[in-house]
Amino acid sequence: MKIRAILLNLAVALIALVVLFPLVWMVSVSFMATGEAATFPPPLWPKVWTLEHYRDLFLNQGMGRYLWNSFALATLATILALGFTVPAGYAFAKLKFKGRERLFQFLVAALVVPAQIGTLPLFLMLKGMGLVNTYAGALVPWLASIFGLFLVRQYALSIPDEMLEAARIDGAGEGQIFRRVVLPTLQPIIVTLGLFVFLGSWNDFLWPLIILTDQSNYTLPVALASLSREHVQDVEMMMAGAVVTVAPVLILFLALQRYYIRGMLAGSVKG
Amino acid sequence: MTVADPTLTKAGTRDRPSRGRGARERAAWAFVAPAMLAIGLFFAIPVIAALLLSLTDFDIYALANLDNLRFVGLQNYERLLTNPLFWGAMKNTLTFAVLGVPLSIAASLAAAVILNARVVKWRPIWRVMFFAPYVTTLVATAVVWRYLLHTRYGVINWGLTSLGLPAVDWLGDPSTSIPAILMFVVWKIFGYNMLIFLAVLQTVPDDLYEAARIDGAGPWKQFRHVTLPAIAPTMLLVSIISVASFFQLFAEPYVMTQGGPAQSTVTVLYFMYEEGFKWWNLGSASAVAFVLFLCILAITLVQLAVAKRVGAYQ
Amino acid sequence: MSLTAHRRGALALMAGGAAAACTPRRSGETVLRFWAMGNEGGTVGQLMPEFERRNPGVRVSVQPLPWTAAHEKLLTAYAGASLPDVSQIGNTWVAELTAIGALSPTPPQAANLLTDQFPAVLETNQIAGRAMTTPWYVDTRLLFYRKDLLARAGFDAPPQYWAEWKRAMHAIKRVAGGDNYAILLPLNEFEQLLTFGLQIDEPLLRDRDTRGNFSSAGFVAALAFYRSLFAEGLAPLASSTQISNVWTEFAKGYFSFYFSGPWSVGDFRSKLPASFQPNWATAGVPGPKGLGASAPGGSSLAVFKSSPHQEAAWALVRYLSEPVVQARFNTIVGDLPARQSAWDIAGVERDPMLAPFRGQLARAKAVPKVPEWERIVTEMQIVAERMVRGEYTPESAAAEIDRRADRLLEKRRWMMEQGRAV
Repeated sequence: MKIRAILLNLAVALIALVVLFPLVWMVSVSFMATGEAATFPPPLWPKVWTLEHYRDLFLNQGMGRYLWNSFALATLATILALGFTVPAGYAFAKLKFKGRERLFQFLVAALVVPAQIGTLPLFLMLKGMGLVNTYAGALVPWLASIFGLFLVRQYALSIPDEMLEAARIDGAGEGQIFRRVVLPTLQPIIVTLGLFVFLGSWNDFLWPLIILTDQSNYTLPVALASLSREHVQDVEMMMAGAVVTVAPVLILFLALQRYYIRGMLAGSVKG
Repeated sequence: MTVADPTLTKAGTRDRPSRGRGARERAAWAFVAPAMLAIGLFFAIPVIAALLLSLTDFDIYALANLDNLRFVGLQNYERLLTNPLFWGAMKNTLTFAVLGVPLSIAASLAAAVILNARVVKWRPIWRVMFFAPYVTTLVATAVVWRYLLHTRYGVINWGLTSLGLPAVDWLGDPSTSIPAILMFVVWKIFGYNMLIFLAVLQTVPDDLYEAARIDGAGPWKQFRHVTLPAIAPTMLLVSIISVASFFQLFAEPYVMTQGGPAQSTVTVLYFMYEEGFKWWNLGSASAVAFVLFLCILAITLVQLAVAKRVGAYQ
Repeated sequence: MSLTAHRRGALALMAGGAAAACTPRRSGETVLRFWAMGNEGGTVGQLMPEFERRNPGVRVSVQPLPWTAAHEKLLTAYAGASLPDVSQIGNTWVAELTAIGALSPTPPQAANLLTDQFPAVLETNQIAGRAMTTPWYVDTRLLFYRKDLLARAGFDAPPQYWAEWKRAMHAIKRVAGGDNYAILLPLNEFEQLLTFGLQIDEPLLRDRDTRGNFSSAGFVAALAFYRSLFAEGLAPLASSTQISNVWTEFAKGYFSFYFSGPWSVGDFRSKLPASFQPNWATAGVPGPKGLGASAPGGSSLAVFKSSPHQEAAWALVRYLSEPVVQARFNTIVGDLPARQSAWDIAGVERDPMLAPFRGQLARAKAVPKVPEWERIVTEMQIVAERMVRGEYTPESAAAEIDRRADRLLEKRRWMMEQGRAV
């Protein structure tokens, strides 16, 4: 049995090595001098640590602008998505209204449809509204998040009806009930959903690629993809760009991973 | 972790003034309206518009002047079916899915089984660590892996040559480009399904394993008779979602290979992007999107039918 | 509940406000947005201070784009009404951009920018006789060859017509020996076959460019010539992705003839050792009966109709078209200037490797100017590759290319029949 324990722990360590290596290499190369990584055998650690690529990115390539765009869009997307989906999810769970079941079935059916189908017409629609190349245009898909709605509804189903009834008997209006009773109860799922949306918006690629045509509006993934086509040979700078893109969300995730994982499992694991 | 579904019908059967009920209904609509409006406007309408677009020959001439638009019925679909580039994209996408889905599920399951073992220490730390690649930005990690797969200076080839194996032109040879991208994709996503499998595995009571061991079953038999049946429903869900997401690969070929070498990594979605945004044949591109949707739907239904037959769920 | 609604409204306003706040502007100053690609994108900024000095109150904001994304970004920007003021464009995109009405044609005041140009290049920039864009820099394909191996094979001058060329290729293959070939014609690149196609007398499209003319006797002969180079073992069955380093293979003698443009001159010089340099040279491309045509490549400057700064935009185009400025740009980035007098100022022909470009550009022939051209020529190459691999004969390949071209041109035909502008 001891052998089994050693082997298993060794397997775990091996997996950890494979998982972490690309990320550690990414950070390591970002501090190497230009051209150092394009040698054979490939170095794993910088001979001399340098910040020149980070400096180049922020001073010459406008990385600060892209970082701000990503951050602003992710924050706005989170606020808007929460504002739109949390009340709706609660209503689907707890408030009876005419047509609720029919509407819910439609939403379930809509889940099967991949989002990319509507990408092109949505682009043309936003062009008509004058929202191409604007923040508002980039935020539009996050308002229509069916998955978020399901997540909130699933969680809200567990709110005891007696609590809501008691508040109603006390004469509270639905809005007050929502603010004072429901929101505090939903707090964990709000954090989870907020985290999902923030990460999702930060990492989003296809839609910002299409809707943001001006370089000054690019988010980090779009800017990085564009840089990677231009500076194919410039490994170290690309790694620095990758670090700037990945580090904020990785840190955010590590800080709030409990909420993320709990939300993820709640949505996917059915008894 | 499951959430008990409280019976909704029992609450609210008490008498109350109708004014209260009306107010409640109005409030419900107010809560739901913004999201429904957004979904209707920014999701439902574009999808219907895409269906309509796919029946026209919207192209660059129509972009200039809508009078140049023609309704062409199913011509876009016919043209697609006779377009070798489209079939190439389908073949590539199927290759990705056929190779990638089993690979990624096996990797996730293996990792989950390993982590589930009682003798493994510091499980929460490993759990988070293995999941981390999933939350990283796809474009950034695709760029990193493009360099790891570099023919001359990549670490992977360095590892191969150190072991005496020949270096592989991963992203430059049409026959290895798909496996190369798959290496990256599996690395990135295996943590997601691993977490799901792990959660399910932890609900399997130890006495089942104990009983099997007493009956003389070795680790493999235990896996087949205790573990697999327990995770069967989850496996179905996971494979449905995996197939759907493998069919939607786009950013990886866009960043790592631009569809090359020799169109070997052009996926259906990449083909749609080029058709729509490089050539502005929106009619044709919308047709591609619908064909993609139908494929995913068909395969999902097949998977459900197979699972029903096998008895994995009712 | 009303508070929630107000909160949502406020947030929507914030989103819109954030959108508006994102475009910086300084009052009183005209900012010209100029898109540039590739090497030019990285270097044209060096020419801007002088322009801004001569035009106070105008600032040029250069946005570099990679070539691989430029075409789609331009069309997306058109669709999204966010085109820049001026952009560098590949000169094969002129037809497309004209068809969608995005371009501002050359105004009469700027007519003198069109003098001193290579005829084929100028024609490429004209649609229905009207100049829609201004040539900026030019290139075309030349024959790069191994002077030493050719001499050893018994030829003291580069071949000038197809039959002689094939004889030279056979001779060089014998001299190079082993597994080596005579010429590299990447199967995924259409430029080589297109060059042969331009050297024949017949045009590539007919009926006012609404149908393919690839079944003409001349083009079938070109296809036959192309196929024979593979069939007779003179060219390897390879795509460009399978040749890891063109210059290394060239130096090793894997092939001795190569089609390329001015950028390869710099590449061969910098990437190959000094001892090897006397062994290669450039020459005009052989045609069926004598030195032949090739496609006039290069970039042009486009001013977009949507730009609110037409005057300043044309001032920028005028500045970049000045022979002195073009000569200076040539020294910075190596691009061959569009204005012929700039060649003299920069002394381009002093370089023996670049000198043949001038004659070749004079012999260049414009490709058909239809928006569908790039797709047609891509299909042409796909069929040609399959012909080389044995699936078609030259005649059936020509018929197949015609079939595909006709299908791609169907909309254009329909529009012409309806009497709409194309």
